[in-house]
Amino acid sequence: MRKTITSVMQTKFSNPEVEKNIFLRRATFALLFISFLTILLFARYFNLQITNYENFVTYSENNRVHVRPLVPARGVIYDRNGEILAHNVPITNLSIVKEHTDDLTDLIERIKLLIEIDESDVSEFHQRLARRKPYEPTPLKYDLSEHEQAILAVNEYMLDGIEISAKLKREYPQKDLFAHVIGYTGRINESDLQVINSSNYRGIDNIGKTGLEKFHESLLLGEVGNQNVETNARGRIMRTLSESPPKPGTDLMLTLDKELQLSAFEAFEGRKGALVAMNIENGDILALLSSPSFDPNLFTSGISKKQYNALLNSTEKPLFNRAIAGQYPPGSTVKPLFGLIGLTTNKITPKTTIQDTGLFFIEGVDRAWREPKKGGHGSFVDLDQAITESCDVFFYELGFQVGIDMLADMSERFGLGRKTEIDLPGEASGIMPTREWKMENRGSQWFDGDTVNASIGQGYLLTTPIQLALMTSMLANRGKSLFPQLVKNKNLIFEAQNKPEIKNEHWEYIHNAMTNVVHSEKGTAKLINKNINYKIAGKTGTAQVVSIAEEDYDKSKLDPSQWDHALFIAFAPKEQPEIAVALIVENGEFGSVTAAPIAKKVIETYMKRRMLVPNTIGEMYKNAKF
Amino acid sequence: MQNSDFVRSLRDAPNEKKRKTSFKFDLVLILLLLALSSIGVTTLFSATGENFSYVNRHIFFLGTGFLLMFIISQIPARSIELWSPYFFGITLILLLLVTLFGTDAKGAQRWLDLVFFRLQPSEILKVSLPLVLAAYLGRRAVPPKLKHVLWSSTIIMVPTTLIALQPDLGTSILVFATGAAILFLAGLRKRYIFGSGLIALSAVPLMWLFVLRDYQKQRILTLISPETDTLGAGWNIVQSKTAIGSGGFYGKGWLNGTQSQLDFLPESHTDFIIAVLAEEFGLLGVSITLLLYGLFLARCFFVSISAKSQFGRLFCGSFALMIFLHIFVNLGMVSGILPVVGAPLPLVSFGANSALTIFIGLGVLISIANEPRRIRS
Repeated sequence: MRKTITSVMQTKFSNPEVEKNIFLRRATFALLFISFLTILLFARYFNLQITNYENFVTYSENNRVHVRPLVPARGVIYDRNGEILAHNVPITNLSIVKEHTDDLTDLIERIKLLIEIDESDVSEFHQRLARRKPYEPTPLKYDLSEHEQAILAVNEYMLDGIEISAKLKREYPQKDLFAHVIGYTGRINESDLQVINSSNYRGIDNIGKTGLEKFHESLLLGEVGNQNVETNARGRIMRTLSESPPKPGTDLMLTLDKELQLSAFEAFEGRKGALVAMNIENGDILALLSSPSFDPNLFTSGISKKQYNALLNSTEKPLFNRAIAGQYPPGSTVKPLFGLIGLTTNKITPKTTIQDTGLFFIEGVDRAWREPKKGGHGSFVDLDQAITESCDVFFYELGFQVGIDMLADMSERFGLGRKTEIDLPGEASGIMPTREWKMENRGSQWFDGDTVNASIGQGYLLTTPIQLALMTSMLANRGKSLFPQLVKNKNLIFEAQNKPEIKNEHWEYIHNAMTNVVHSEKGTAKLINKNINYKIAGKTGTAQVVSIAEEDYDKSKLDPSQWDHALFIAFAPKEQPEIAVALIVENGEFGSVTAAPIAKKVIETYMKRRMLVPNTIGEMYKNAKF
Repeated sequence: MQNSDFVRSLRDAPNEKKRKTSFKFDLVLILLLLALSSIGVTTLFSATGENFSYVNRHIFFLGTGFLLMFIISQIPARSIELWSPYFFGITLILLLLVTLFGTDAKGAQRWLDLVFFRLQPSEILKVSLPLVLAAYLGRRAVPPKLKHVLWSSTIIMVPTTLIALQPDLGTSILVFATGAAILFLAGLRKRYIFGSGLIALSAVPLMWLFVLRDYQKQRILTLISPETDTLGAGWNIVQSKTAIGSGGFYGKGWLNGTQSQLDFLPESHTDFIIAVLAEEFGLLGVSITLLLYGLFLARCFFVSISAKSQFGRLFCGSFALMIFLHIFVNLGMVSGILPVVGAPLPLVSFGANSALTIFIGLGVLISIANEPRRIRS
C-alpha cells in the first residue's frame, strides 16, 4: 500500500487551482451545451404548440377515432361425441362510466331502487373502479335478467353514465362432472399479467386457470380483432369506420366420453378418490374423474372469497385433481407387473412355488413381514395363486430375489415414477424408488427391507391414478408405449420406447392370473363377476395410509381419514382388450368391496356403448397449431 | 483498482478543523424542489383520471425522498466519498440479482420485488455510479491518465452492459452518458474524447445488426416516420404530439385535456406525463417547468463550482448533467425528436425509483455544499 501511495503522490497534480480551472472550463462548456439543447427543446415545443397549433387542435377535436378491441369467442370444448363441455353464452352486464356521471353514489342509489344490487356488488365495483383507466366502463352487475334489462332500458334516460352491454361468459353445462379435466377460467390477476402478453388479451377479462382451459389456453384464446370507431365528445360510439374481425379460438374435441364419465361419477357417490379410463391402443382418455368435485361455473363470473375459501379449505379437497396429482401407494395393484418382471428376469418360473406361513424373514433382520391373511395361503403357492388371492409373502420373496434395481428399471418402462405427460397442468410424477433416489431424498442407503416393502406396492413407492391406468393399459396391450391424451394432437409424434422383450407365454400367464382375480372362486374380486358375458382382468389393492403393523389394524380405533385406501385396476375384455380402468377410493379399505364394483360399472357402460364410442375422432385438428 | 484508492483520502487531511455540528440545509434548492414536485402532483392527478391512490402513493414517495435527502445531507461529504465504493458495490450486486431473478415486466427484467415497492437497481445506479467515479477520479491526476481512464471506463461499462442485457437499452444509454459526463468534467483529454467518439460512430452499424432488438429498431424507424404506423408503435408519438400541439399557448386548462383524458395517451402518468402538462397548461406551463428546471440545474452547478473538493465538483456537476439528460431525453421523445426509451421526467413522473435516485443525489449535493474547506498537508 505504501508503494501505491508514493507513486500516486508523484503523479498527482497537487495544485488545486489547476484542478479547479480545468473543471471550470469543462463546466462552462457543459452549461453552454445544456443551454443549446434547452433552446432546441423550447423551439420544438414552440413549433408544436404555437406554429402548428391550428393543425393539432383540429386534429385533436377530430380525434374521435378510437381503436376498440373485438373480443374473440373462446374455443368450445366437446367430448368425443360432440357433447358440449364448455362453451360461451351471451350475458348482459351493467357498467358505469364514471366520467359520464355527476354523482356516482347517488347514481348507484337510484339504480338500487330499480334492480337488486347487493353490498358485495358495490364493494367489488369500487375495487374495479380504482384499477380502471379513464373513460373505461366499469362493470357493476354481471348477467342481468331480461326483466332487469327491461327496467334499466326504460329508465336509461334518467341514469346518465350507465352502459348496458353484452359480453360472452364461459359456461360449463356439465357442471361438476368434468371440473378437473376442463378446469375453469377466472379473472386475469397480477400473476397472470406477468406471464401473458397483455396485448393479446385486450378487452378480455378471463384466462384459463386450471385444467385444459389452462393447458390449451393459447389454442382456446383466439386472436383479438380491432375496430376503429368514431366517438362523440363524451366518448360514445357514433359509427364504425373499419374493423379487422377477431379470430375465434380453436374448438377442442376431447377423447373423453360423457356417458362413461357420468357412470364413474355416479358410481363414486361423492366419495373421495379418482378414476381414469383409457383406450389401451391409442392412449385416449375415456374418463378422468377426481371426486369430490365442484362446479366450475362458480369461477367464471368471479367467485366470492367466502365460497372460494370454503372450497380451498375443505378437508375433502375438492379443488385438488387426485387423478393426476394425487400420489398414493399402489398396494397390491402392482403385483401383476412385478410378477411379470419376475418371470421375464427368470427369477421365477410359472412352476415356482413357495411355502406361505404368513410370515417372511430376511436373514439378519430381526423382524417379520406379515400379510393380512393369518397363517398364510398354504404350502404350494405359485404366481397365479399369489396374484389371484393377493398373497404378500410370495411377492416379498419375489421382490427380494429380483432386487430393487431391476424392479425399478422395468417399472419405469411401464410408466411408474415419471409423468405420463398428459395434457393437463399440475401432474405429479409419483416415486419409483431406487438406491440413488433414497440417498438423495432420505440421505441413507437402500436396505433389503425397502425392496420387500416396495414389492407389495408400499414403502416409498407412490403412484398417481393416471400412472396406474397407463400401467394397466400397457399390461393389456403387451408393452406398447402410450401417451395419454385428452386432445388428439396429430402433430405430436412420440418416439416409441424400446419395448420390453417379454415372451408371449408370460403375457398370457399374467392375463390369466388377472382374469382369475375376477372370475375364479378364490379371486379377491369375484364379487363383480356376476351377469357379464365377457371377461374382466383385474387386480385389487389396499394401500396403508398410516404405518401400522397389520395385526394392529383396527378400524374402530382409527379416524376414518386413516383407513386404508382401496384400489382396483382392470382391463376388458380379456381376450381382446379395449379399455383399461384404474381407480382409488380414499379410505375405502378393501379394493374388492369398494373399488372393484365402480370399475365394473364403468366397464359395463363401455361395453354397452362400445359401438357408439367412435374409435377415431374428427379431423378438426389437422390445421390446429399446437 | 484497490480499496486503498479510496481509503487513502483519510490521510490527506489530518488537520481538518472541527466544526460545530449544525443542520445542513439549502433553502433555494428545497423551494425549487417543492415547486417542481407540486407541478408533478397536479399533473399526475389529471393524468390518472383523478385517481387518488396514485397521487397518494406519489406524495408518499416524495415525502420519503425528502426525509432521505435530509438524513443523507447531514453525513459529512468526506464520509460519503469514502462509502461510495460500497454503495456502488451494493447497487451492482442488486443489479446482478435483478438480471438473474428480477420480475419480468413487458419482457424485460428490471425489478426486484420488495414488499412495499419494486426496486429498480438500474435507477439507483444513476446516482451510485457518479458517486464512485467522482470519488475515484477526484483523487487522480487532472486530466486523468490513460490508466485511470481505462479503470473508469470499466466501472462504467460493467453496469451499462448488465442493464443492456435486461434488456433496457434506454436506461443503459443514460447510465453510460452519466459516466461519460464525469470523465468529461474531470478533464478527459480531447484526443480521448474524439477517439472514443470515432469508435462509437463506427459501432453504430454493428449495433443495428447485432445488438438492437426488433422493437428497439422499430422505435427508431418510428421516429423517422411515425405516420406510417399510426396504430402500432407510431401511435404513442402521434398522440403525444397531438396532445402537446393542441395545448397551444395557454393550454386547455387543468383536467380538461381531451387527449390525455380520453385515454389516447399511453403511460400518461409516467414517461409521457409532460404531454398531459403541455396539453392542459400549454407552452406557458412547459416554459415555467423548463425555467424551474433551469434554476434547479443552475443551483446544482453553483454548488458544483464552489465545492471545496474535486470529489464534490465532479459529483455535483455530473449529477446536474444526469438530471438534464433525463429532462432532455424525456421531453425529446415525447415531442417526437428522440426515439421512445424509458426515461422518466425527474420529480414529475410517477415512480418510486426515480424519486429515490434524485433525493439520494440531492442529499449528497447539500452535504457537499456545506462541506468545510479541506486543508492539505
